Formats: sequence, structure tokens, C-alpha cells
Amino acid sequence: MDIFLQQIINGLVIGSIYALIALGYTMVYGIMQLINFAHGEIVMFGAMVTITCINVLVGNHISLPGPLMLVAGLVMAIPVSMLLGFAIERIAYRPLRRAPRLAPLITAIGVSIVLQQVASLIWGRSYRPFPNILPQTVHNFFGAAITDLQVAIIILAIVLMGALFFMIERTRLGRAMRATAQNPEVAGLMGVNINSIISMTFVTGSALGAVAGVMVAANYDQAHPYMGFLIGLKAFTAAVLGGIGNLQGAVLGGITLGIIESLGSGYLGDLTGGFLGSNYKDIFAFLVLILVLVFRPSGLLGERVAERA
Amino acid sequence: MAEVLLSIEGIHKRFGGLHALNDVGLTINKGEIYGLIGPNGAGKTTLFNVLTGLYQPDEGRFSFNGRNLFRQKPYVVVESGIARTFQNIRLFANMTARENVMVGQHVRTHAGVFGAVFRGPRTRKEEAAIHARADELLRYVGIERHADEVARNLSYGDQRRLEIARALGTNPKLLALDEPAAGMNPKETAALKTLMEKIRADGVTILLIEHDVKLMMGLCDRIAVLDYGKKIAEGNPEAVKNDPRVIEAYLGVAPE
Repeated sequence: MDIFLQQIINGLVIGSIYALIALGYTMVYGIMQLINFAHGEIVMFGAMVTITCINVLVGNHISLPGPLMLVAGLVMAIPVSMLLGFAIERIAYRPLRRAPRLAPLITAIGVSIVLQQVASLIWGRSYRPFPNILPQTVHNFFGAAITDLQVAIIILAIVLMGALFFMIERTRLGRAMRATAQNPEVAGLMGVNINSIISMTFVTGSALGAVAGVMVAANYDQAHPYMGFLIGLKAFTAAVLGGIGNLQGAVLGGITLGIIESLGSGYLGDLTGGFLGSNYKDIFAFLVLILVLVFRPSGLLGERVAERA
Repeated sequence: MAEVLLSIEGIHKRFGGLHALNDVGLTINKGEIYGLIGPNGAGKTTLFNVLTGLYQPDEGRFSFNGRNLFRQKPYVVVESGIARTFQNIRLFANMTARENVMVGQHVRTHAGVFGAVFRGPRTRKEEAAIHARADELLRYVGIERHADEVARNLSYGDQRRLEIARALGTNPKLLALDEPAAGMNPKETAALKTLMEKIRADGVTILLIEHDVKLMMGLCDRIAVLDYGKKIAEGNPEAVKNDPRVIEAYLGVAPE
């Protein structure tokens, strides 16, 4: 019983991280029907920059409370990722706006590889441990363990998602984003500068991605230049599961995928009679991806494909 | 002399081998209702697309209210005061009627990223003003009871009205209407005519494409006729109706 609750908690934590990243995929898809496959690398840069920043603080014997150092790292990492998102759109996607859809997909993969290489030039190819600055208090929650960090991740994710939904639904900028997603040409005729709205979409998604990257690194105590690929692919799966282009869907898909993966890895050993261990947990994300694409390609909350086409 | 609001000269637009607009020129005066007619495929909607910045003309001159708008982006055109509706309705179908009109006011409002994030008093005041103005425009075109309905659920006639309200949200000097009466019954058309007269009386110049000849004759101050991308006639409705070139374009020449 405890293991069940424990895996649900772990699933919620990782699921809220997937959700934050999935929002980046789904926002970009909603506005320009493009999968930004370099989004995982934006997440990775968020994590790497934060770790470097904290290490510099620690190395210079600037003693701040751990959470404050983490905030300092985030303050550095978020603008870096936002700038990356902005630059990627400008360099790799904007020139191909009118090209066949396969072309920007290929540049996306290209950008993703370039960013991985740049990161491994800067930080080396090895795993970076996350600095040991955070309190490791463990709370007992009905027999399951939950750390301060896990609580913080869930709360921060909820706050960020709330802010994003408010922005999209209730502000001038958000209205312009929705209008652009529905009909860019007409939005332009209402005085919406489409290019700047698209840039804003990339920048917003990248900021969420940077925070998510730091969460991943803190949660798993490590980061490395190639981490963006797997986490990006899983978050993409979450976005597809929820219905790509749908913001609520991204959140639902992220949480669902996190819980499936967590429960799956918790019981995988029992299910296969010890043949597969929990280190095979990654198969669940891709199993979900395949099942969704076969049985419900529009996702849980997605529009029917016919409406789009 | 009447004051010129919009003037185009020698506009050419080609799509591959098709010469969609061939040396088209016209001027629209402030406060006019100016009609544009012509057989299907004559280039009326193409001209609209050029005037609203959706198409870039190949050659010509285009000035509006003293400003050069030749090959400008749509948001610059709308900022200088030209708004339009579409022949095939193009609302933001999944947004409410009010939100559609609120998007229409985008060009006249300013709250940016910082406003969205920090929501200072100025942002909130602007947002409230946008909201109030949207309701006012919905009332103006007579669909205020549908303010909170999603646009795609509105009746056809109401969707046309919503498009007009959204265009008025941009606070235009010139309102370009592309077949606003298409698919309307006589009662709706009469109400539309009243609405257009009201809009003109409130100081907005109107450029109108329409097939309903009776409506055009009763409403327009001047009419231009396009055929195969060329302007073949221009003048008051009576003169245009009796112009032999216009009759030929619509009906062909009677065999001698």
C-alpha cells in the first residue's frame, strides 16, 4: 500500500515537470503547427546554467541559504533559455515559415544536435551532480515519504501553470496568442504583429522549460548535455497524450504520464517476475506514445484531426 | 472639393500568368459609401486584399489619409485606419463574441509582456476599457445578448454583424466590407443597410463589395466596376447602371 502511495507522489512530481515542458511543445504547436524538437535542449540548458551558477557561488564561498542559491541559479538560467528559444525560432524556423512542414522538422533536429554539442563543449560530456545545497528533510505522508524539494516542485509547477493560464485567458497578449493560433492572417488584420507573438510564444515556453530543467536536475541530483533528448521526448509524449495544441491537455497528459511511468516502474519487477527492473521505466512513456498514436491520435482533450485539416 | 481619404494609382497584381489587377486606380473621399462591383473573378476581393496589406501589389501607388501604404504589412495598414470583413466569414471561431471584438482592439491598445506579468493599474484600466468598448460595439451592431457565446455558435447573420463589430474595434477611418449581405434574407439585408448608414453617419467611410444590385444602388454614393482586373466604369449609381461597357461585362453583347 505504501509503495502505491509513494509511487503516486513520485508520479505527481515528475508529472508536473513533464507538464511544464509539454506546455512549451503544445504552445508552439498551437500557434504554428510545428514540433519544436529543440525544446528538450532548452530544458537542458536551464539545468546546466543553474548548476554552473550555484557552483560559482559555492566556489567563491558566498554562503547563502540553499533555496536562495537555487533562485539565483534560476534567475540566470531563465533568461538564457528564453534567449535560446527566441534565437532558435529566428534562425531555424522563421526562414522556413512557408516551406513544406518537413523542412522545419529537420532544422529542429539539427538545432537540437548543435545545442547538445555546444553544451558538451562548455560543460564536458560527463554527468554533473546537482550541488548539495538543499535541505533533505523528509516528511511522512500517510506512510509515504515526501521531501521539501518534491513539495516545492509541485507548488511551483501549479503556480506557473496558473500564471500561464491567466495570461492566455485574461490578458491582451494571451488573446492575441489565441487569435493567432486560430487564424494568423486575420489576427494580423486586427493589428497583431504575428512575428512578435510567435517569438513571445517561444520565449514563454522556454522560460517554463528552464524551470522544469532545474526541477529535473534537482529531483534526480544530476544533469548532463544529453539529458534534453529523453526528457524532451517524454514531455512530447505527454503533449500528444493530452492532445497536442491544447494547454489543459498538456497538463493532464504530463501528470498522467508521470503517474503511469511511476506506477509502472514501481511494479515492473513484480509484473515480469523480476525479469525487468525499474531501470526499464522508460518503456512506459513510449508504450503510451504508441498506444495513443494508434488508438486516439488526437489525444485525450484534442480536437478531432478532421477539424484541423 | 471633397477630402480624399484613400487613393490608389496604377495598381498591378499578377499571380503567375493571371493578371488579377491591371492598372487599377481609384480615390475614395471621406464620408463616402463607395461601391465596388463586377462579375465573379473580376478582381474585387484581390483589390481588397491589396488594400488591407494581405497581398503585396507588384506595382502602383497606394496612399491613405496622407500616408504611403504601398507594400506595408497588414498590422501597419490597420494601424493607419483600414479595417475589413471577409466574404467567407473569418471569425476566431473558438473565442466568444466579446473576445473577438477585444482582439479587434489590439491595434489601439498597448499592454505588453510586462503588463501581462505585473498587471499594474494602467494595464487593468486598459483591460476594463477594452471590455467596455467591446460590449458597446456589440450593442451597436445589435448582438449584445450573444456577448458570451462562442463565435461559431452564432447564427450566420449575427456572425456577419460580429465581423463588423470586430472591424469597428480597430477604430477605422475606412471600413471595407466584402459581400456583407451574402446569404442574408431581405429583412436581414434591410437591417444591414440601416447599420451601414449608421456607421457612415458616425464618421466612418465605407468601401463595399456586393452583388445585391438593389442594395448598392440605394446605398452607394459612387460605384466602380471591375472586369478582368480592369476598372471599366466609375460614377454615381445611375450612370454606372446605364454604362454600355458595364452592361456588356455583365450580360455580353447582343448579337446584331
